[in-house]
Formats: sequence, structure tokens, C-alpha cells
Amino acid sequence: MSTLMNGARILLDCLVHEGVEVIFGYPGGVTLPLYDALYDHHHIRHILVRHEQNAAFAAQGFSRSTGKVGVCCATSGPGATNLITGLVDALMDSIPIVAITGQVANKLIGTDAFQEADTFGITRSCTKHNYMVKDINDLPQIIHEAFYIAASGRPGPVLVDIPKDIFIAQAHYQPVKAIHLPGYKLVLDGHAGQIRRAAQMMWEAEKPMIYSGGGIIHSGAHDELRELVEVLDAPCVNTLMGLGSLPGNHPNFISMPGMHGSYAANLGMYNTDLLVALGVRFDDRVTGRLKDFAPNARVIHVDIDPAEIGKIRNADLPIVGDCKRVIKKMSKALRELAPEMAHTNEGARASWRQQVADWKAEHPLEPVFSDTEIKPQHLMSEINRISDGKAIVTADVGQHQMWAAQLIRHDAPRQWLNSGGLGSMGFGLPAAMGAQVANPDKLVFSIVGDGGFQMSLPELATIAGEGLPIKIIVMNNGYLGMVRQWQELFFNNRYSSSTMSTFPQIEHLGAAYGIPGRTVKRPEDLRGVLEAAVAEPGPYLLNVEVTSFENVYPMVPAGGAINEMVLTQPTPTPVG
Amino acid sequence: MLQVISLLVENKTGALMRITGLLSARGYNIESLTVARTLDPALSRMTIQVDVDSALRKQVIKQMNRLINVLQATDLTEAPSITHELVLIRVRSTRENRTAILKEAEIFHARVVDSSVEGFVLEVTGSSEKLEEFIAVLQGYGEIEVTRSGVAAVSLEAKKLKLAPPISTGAGDADNFSEKDEVVNA
Repeated sequence: MSTLMNGARILLDCLVHEGVEVIFGYPGGVTLPLYDALYDHHHIRHILVRHEQNAAFAAQGFSRSTGKVGVCCATSGPGATNLITGLVDALMDSIPIVAITGQVANKLIGTDAFQEADTFGITRSCTKHNYMVKDINDLPQIIHEAFYIAASGRPGPVLVDIPKDIFIAQAHYQPVKAIHLPGYKLVLDGHAGQIRRAAQMMWEAEKPMIYSGGGIIHSGAHDELRELVEVLDAPCVNTLMGLGSLPGNHPNFISMPGMHGSYAANLGMYNTDLLVALGVRFDDRVTGRLKDFAPNARVIHVDIDPAEIGKIRNADLPIVGDCKRVIKKMSKALRELAPEMAHTNEGARASWRQQVADWKAEHPLEPVFSDTEIKPQHLMSEINRISDGKAIVTADVGQHQMWAAQLIRHDAPRQWLNSGGLGSMGFGLPAAMGAQVANPDKLVFSIVGDGGFQMSLPELATIAGEGLPIKIIVMNNGYLGMVRQWQELFFNNRYSSSTMSTFPQIEHLGAAYGIPGRTVKRPEDLRGVLEAAVAEPGPYLLNVEVTSFENVYPMVPAGGAINEMVLTQPTPTPVG
Repeated sequence: MLQVISLLVENKTGALMRITGLLSARGYNIESLTVARTLDPALSRMTIQVDVDSALRKQVIKQMNRLINVLQATDLTEAPSITHELVLIRVRSTRENRTAILKEAEIFHARVVDSSVEGFVLEVTGSSEKLEEFIAVLQGYGEIEVTRSGVAAVSLEAKKLKLAPPISTGAGDADNFSEKDEVVNA
């Protein structure tokens, strides 16, 4: 039954058993035995990134675009510490990835050995769970547990730290039949009585608002969400993490709420009398000043993680469960109650829908155009036109991310990939690598700012080497735009270290890697150049020089109330 | 007054660090912590004494329950429970006050665990308030040295412990694993 093999082979067999086809990684001293086993492995493709942080981001891009567990790998010490940002990023956005790190041999642990770091200790707070393998016989069990923990419940990153001697040790590998984690209790179904109560509350509401987020995408509940929205016929906002969960062209879709959310979304959230919160965590970027967030609303909060309920906003009706299962039952309950309850506040709900539609019409999220410059919004609207709701779009962090979120429509989940919770610059490009590897036939745009792009520069080599046909669109305004925007609004225009006066010549930069590159400045050229970039069979590097001083609006200043959005550029006021 | 959190955790490397990390990440100091194996050697019982306000404590306990290694975290602050600790006190004595010290020990039900010409080592258990009184009394006899164990607590309510069932990985037969949740007595 069992075969004698080394730890590296056992690990790879376990990964194959988990359905892993791709690993993003970077080798090093202690992972040499693993890389030796990978050398002629038939089922697992290893993609050599140029920095471990990008291995974690690429694994996330793979996972975010597919829903599968992404895998990254790094050596001990610096390799492992370089993963940290990607791990925390995955933790904040609940992305299932498994990180394999090498560790110095067991007998050297604790001796300040070469390339030793306390990875197990360091990553404790960066992961959903982590492991250090001390015995070769525990390895298969740990790997399967790691994948199970990463993917189930509220997904997240799991790290497995493997000392070098474990990779080398020989053992009889026997497939693991079951895993038992007695403390890992998952509540998936939702309390039937609570779900029925929720349906009653929804029919009783006059101004219901559905507030849905990343949890919809993680649980694959997009069809269920759509059904719920249609049965209740309520307006629905998608958070930054939830964009694509309700198709962007759905009549009930009211864009994104929050700091740079739309007028209609924020006024809707402010004025609602029933907030149906589905797979969301009331992030401060959504709520603004908490006491003025949905001040007159009762709250139904559905989340798979009991620790999210009541964390920020007290829930009048909490439901712990998986969004897919709970929402399906909610729609069923709504239908069952409809004959006796649907008509009660029908009129009020119709005028509420009209009210939200009026807000939408009053201040729509619309691109801005200029005859002389490319406006950032113009760029996003052109990408939106080409994508037509279908392309995968990764964003980095900053102004371009917000404009992309506002103006690029997504008709399906897992198309909009961005670093929501942690806001990690340098995310966009490596995430696009993972997404393109997972979806070789899909159009992938990586929209990055000139700041974040320069954080990911080494990955151009990976993209060129792997021939990943990513369309890299640098929205270049010559500033760390979001920092500059805040300096204008709150720091008296003192542009401290936010100017990016030096930027590589993109044609030369691209040519150095064999990637075609081009700069576009004139608004009339933009459409043709973008179409040419998309028509190119391989990767393309497009530097789009946009208006330098454009700012993102609407804006709710940090700590402000969501109904007090600033809609356009105000007069700057000095800080007292 | 300090609050008491009781946890049943897997007896595994790193479990303690995960739990204390949740408190230290928020800048809360642990006032006392005791941990030891339960009847089942795979599990440990932990009692933590902290000073965290009730809203935040509720949140922290939820997050403790979320940890994979934690089977159950319970707030015993307002629940019916017994909270005791043990103190070892070394007290120097003169020939004259030896009897008086022994008399005090008797009042507080302290045991003499070591006796020498220099003095005694006394062992006493009980509520923290009682122990503090005893310590204050003994301080009247001169210089003392005190080692406290930290509190151990036991709930007076029999609580059903809900555990996750084993999950089949699909490798080989997993017929032995029931789909029903396992319920055992803590």
C-alpha cells in the first residue's frame, strides 16, 4: 500500500491530491530538496517569480479569479519574511492561499542559523492558521488540514513551515483518510427561525437596502444574491470586495458605497430603514463616521464568521452561516411570505426605489473628458468599453483603483481583483499574473498607478518569460495620487514625498524585457492605442499619461458621515 | 475588578501564543495565566485574567473561539464559577513570633510546607481577596517573599461542548466518520 519516499515527494503528492496545478515561488537553500523533486514533476507547474511577495500576490490572483486555493512557496528567513505582506493581504480579504516555507533543519532551529527566522512565530498573526512540521509522519495530515482550513469557512491564508530535514527524510506515505479539527466549528446553514424573521423584516421594510460584499463571491452566492434582490426588488450596493457579485448592468445595482462610493449608494445607505448586510464587515472605508452610518436602519447581518457579527455595528438580526445557503433560504422564505406580506409596504418600497434612482440620475458616476488631456476617468471608461463587463481587471492601490471601481462594470464575480482590506501597493501586477495563469484565454487588464507599478517592476521578467498576455495599463499622473489628494485636502498642498518625477521610458523598459511598450498622452489616441494593446497576442505595457491633478470624487473624508460627501473639488483649507 | 476567561484548547505547540497574541495585539496585559493538561492529555485548560472592558472582551472571546486550536473560550467574569489561586509565602520569623505566625496561618487555612530556624514557607489557596488579606497580615511580621500561581477557574454550570466532526479527505474509505456533530461533556 505505501511507498517509501522523501518528504519533498510526499509534499508534492499531497498537493496533487489537493488539485494543485501551479505553484508560484522562489527557491533557496533549504527548499533545494523540494525544488529537486519539482524539477521533473509531471503534474505541478512552478512559476518562478522575481520576489516572494509577488508569489503570494500571484497565488492570490490565481485564487481570487478561480475560487481555488492558490499556492506559493518561499525559502526560510528572507524568503518567508518577504511573503508577509501577501499573507496579511490575503487574511484581510479572506483569500484562500497556502504558503509553503522552508525552515532550517530541526537541529539548527533556535541557533541563529544562516537564513533562519521564526516563521511560525512571525506569521501567527498573518494567517488564519499556521503549522511547523516537526515530524515527517505528520506532513500529509498537516498539508491536507492546511488546504481544508484555507478553503472552508471564512477563507484565508495558511502557512506550513517545513524544516529542511523533513524534505529529505524518508517515510512511508499513506494517503490521509480524514482530518479532525475539533475546535474548527463551521456554522453554514443559518438558523431557520432567524432566516424567516429576516424575510419578515424585509417585507415590513419601507426602504430596504442590500449591502453585499466579498462574502458573496467567496461562497459563490452571486446567483442567490441576484434572486434575493429580484424577489424583494430592493436596491443593492456592492462593496469594493463585492463588485461583480451582482452584475454591474443589473437594474437594482447601485454601485459601490463608502469613501469613494457613489452619491446614490451613500445616500441609500444613510436613509435606509433596513440594511441587509450580506458577507460584509462594515469596514471604516464603507461606514465613515459610525454613528451616522445608516442611523435609522435596523440591521440584518449574515456572515459565516461569528466574530464579524456585532464587531462594528450591532445586528438587530444576526445570522451566522454561509451566504449561499442562507440567501437561498431567505429568498424562499420571502416567496412563502409574499402572499400575505408583500403588498404591505409595496408603495413605500416603490417610491424608495424611485428615490434611489433619482439620486443615481442626480449624480451619476460618469467619466470626465477633456480635449487636451487624458482624464483618468476617460481611461477607465475606455477600458470599460473594451471589457464590456467580461475582462478580468486587477488594480493596484490608490486613485486609479477607485476610478476603476467606479467606472469599470463587471457582469460576473471573480473578475475584479484588488487589495481591499490591506490596500497593498504592488498588488496589481503580480495578481494579474496569477489570474492570467489560471485563465489563459481571458483578457486580463492590470491597471496600476505609476507608484505601485514601480513596486512590481521585477515581475516584468516573469510576465515576459512565461509569455503571459497581460495588458498592463499604467495610469501615470506623476504623483502618488491618493497621497497627493489628501495632502491637498488636509495638509495645505504640501506635497511631501508624493511627487514621482522620475519614471522609466516605457518603450525602453518594455524593450528590455521584449514586451512592446508605448506611451499615450493625447485623448484622441487613447482608444486606438488601447485596442492595439488588446490586439497584441502577448503582454503589452501601456503608459497612459493622465491629468496630474485630478482627484477622486465623491469623497467622504475619513471619519465623516456618508451623507456628507464632497462631490467635487473643494477649496483647500489649511490644517489648523 | 479583573475579568476571567476560561479556555479549553488543544495541547499543541503555538496554541498559547495564538491566544495571548489576540490580547497583546490590542495592547492588553495579561494579569495572570494558568495552563495545564486536562483529563484528556490532548487538551489543556487555560485560565486568563485580564482587564478588558466588556464590549471588547466579548469580541476578543469570539476571536479566541475562532482559533483552530481553541475548542471553547468562555467568559467567567459574571458566570457562576469558582476562581482560586495558590500562593507560596516565605516569611522570616523570630523565636518570639513563630507561634503568632502559625496562628495566622491557621486562621487562613494555610499549610506550613517548610519550616526552618529562619522562618516558614506557607502555602495557601483561595480567592484572590482572601490571599491578599493573608499577605497583608503576614507583611506585619516583616519581610516576606510571595509567589502566586495565578488564578484557576472552574465554571459551576455544566456546559455542553460542541465539537467539529472529522472530515473525509476522499482518500480511501471514510465510512467510520459520522456526519453528525460530536457532542461530549467537557
